[in-house]
Amino acid sequence: MKNIPISAAIGLFLTAMYFVGAIFAPLLAPYGMAEVVGDVWEPSSSEYLLGTDNIGRDLLSRMIYGGRTTIFVATMATILSFTTGSILGFLAAVLGGWADQVMSRTVDLIMSIPSLITALVVLAMVPVTIPVLILVMGFLDATRVYRLARAVAVDINVMDYVEAAKLRGEGRAWVIFREILPNALSPLVAELGLRFIFMVLFISTLSFLGLGVQPPLADWGGIVKENKDGIVYGIGAALYPAVAIATLAISVNLVADWVLNRTTSLKGGRG
Amino acid sequence: MHPIVKLVSQRFALGLLLLFGASAMIFGLTEALPGDAAQAVLGQSATPESLANLREEMGLDRPALTRYFEWLGGILQGDLGQSLTNKLDIAESIGNRLGNTLFLAFWAAIVSVPLAIFLGLLAVRYRNRWPDKLISAVTLTTISIPEFLIGYVLVYFVAVKLGMFSPLAMINDSMSLGQKLNAIALPVIVLTMVVLAHMMRMTRAAILNVMQSAYIETAELKGLTNFTIIYRHALPNAIAPIVNVVMLNLAYLVVGVVVVEVVFVYPGMGQYLVDHVTKRDVPVVLACGVIFAAIYIGLNMLADIVAILANPRLRHPK
Repeated sequence: MKNIPISAAIGLFLTAMYFVGAIFAPLLAPYGMAEVVGDVWEPSSSEYLLGTDNIGRDLLSRMIYGGRTTIFVATMATILSFTTGSILGFLAAVLGGWADQVMSRTVDLIMSIPSLITALVVLAMVPVTIPVLILVMGFLDATRVYRLARAVAVDINVMDYVEAAKLRGEGRAWVIFREILPNALSPLVAELGLRFIFMVLFISTLSFLGLGVQPPLADWGGIVKENKDGIVYGIGAALYPAVAIATLAISVNLVADWVLNRTTSLKGGRG
Repeated sequence: MHPIVKLVSQRFALGLLLLFGASAMIFGLTEALPGDAAQAVLGQSATPESLANLREEMGLDRPALTRYFEWLGGILQGDLGQSLTNKLDIAESIGNRLGNTLFLAFWAAIVSVPLAIFLGLLAVRYRNRWPDKLISAVTLTTISIPEFLIGYVLVYFVAVKLGMFSPLAMINDSMSLGQKLNAIALPVIVLTMVVLAHMMRMTRAAILNVMQSAYIETAELKGLTNFTIIYRHALPNAIAPIVNVVMLNLAYLVVGVVVVEVVFVYPGMGQYLVDHVTKRDVPVVLACGVIFAAIYIGLNMLADIVAILANPRLRHPK
């Protein structure tokens, strides 16, 4: 942890800021989330730092509460996709045989359709609520985690220490959680950052299409949807989420890159 | 049989199988989830009797498997069914829109593919120096912003502040090609930026991968210049991965189109799909879902086939 490069430090700091902002949103936001405080699309002033939105709510408060919703949904979906994806992936690698075949071919099938399209088909059938969104996004993304986890676990599964554990009679749960998991952790952690960013982009896109977080709850994609009509009049209210999403995504990417570099620098090779 | 023919036909058969599986999965999803077309028409407050009547009228009371094969057979004959909301024939409504979507994707591809390969080569040539770092910083930023926001940022700065191009991409049949291109300029730029980043990064990685081989080191030791090495030795060996990258990104483009069309109110498939998801118009969603899946699977299959064809080791079997 001592020789942390400057880019990773900045990324870590900004990421932490976003999470702190999300957790303490009610304390930080100057106004209530759905409180109409001023005129429509007021420019930024000392009273409303970012101005007001399409129905006169304080935009800074909307952005802070929006970040809370977006980050919460993305985090929950990432946790879901990682637990299901990695456990199933490890299980497939340990079990092998037809269980592996069935799971892997099912994942191939799910991944043969773009996840946005599958999500749209599902959301056409069920009511759009936050738990539904987390489930849909989490399970669709679990396919990618599954592939990575399985690939890593297949390599680990043939190591001597795993063989030793099996020979001394440890059960499958021990092999998965005590032998494979600790050794597969670094590539999975690097992937975790990328999946989280993907979730943020995914939920923002769904909300923008009107199929994600429903009003009056704020979220970054929804803020764009609400304020997009102002753009043709030169009102940039809809662009603040772009700044928020981009800085969050870049900072998480910087951290993930650093983690990935730390793990790959162990391998030798030219370049 | 020649190994190439065998591999290609295997991959083709796998593609067809996947397509069949995907259609079954999309149909199965709408079956397995609570709610159906009858519920969507009548709403949550419908009485059980009226629901049962409508289901019988729409044929929804028959087994799912029968309806699936009827639906699949219909698609194969170009009959996509009827929309629930406006009772129009779906195939007719989609025909024109699919053309528009492909038109948009085509121009985005024409611009982005050569640009991505050029930038990828440039980044490798000046690896770890400022052109490489600049390109990678810019592409990292465009990857980190969702498509629709890139769209609005461009509309705000280019269309509104600079007054260039139209913020809405309305096209119709009476426009000339030039007018159409002017109308779709902004969406094409957005799509280009989105896929360019992925394509350029993957191209760079593919060439760098080749650059680490022993024969490149030999070429370096022979004293060849950097560009000669890249052009003569690295590029021919990197063509297969690059073509693969291009195909995968074209597949990605087809999905990116969905969101970008909504931003620019472009009369294409994506907007049609999103509209009808909001209206819970199940037959339209099914039809659009299958078409998008088919394009995506088709391009992925093409990517694999090109990779097989481009592999010199398979062209000369021992």
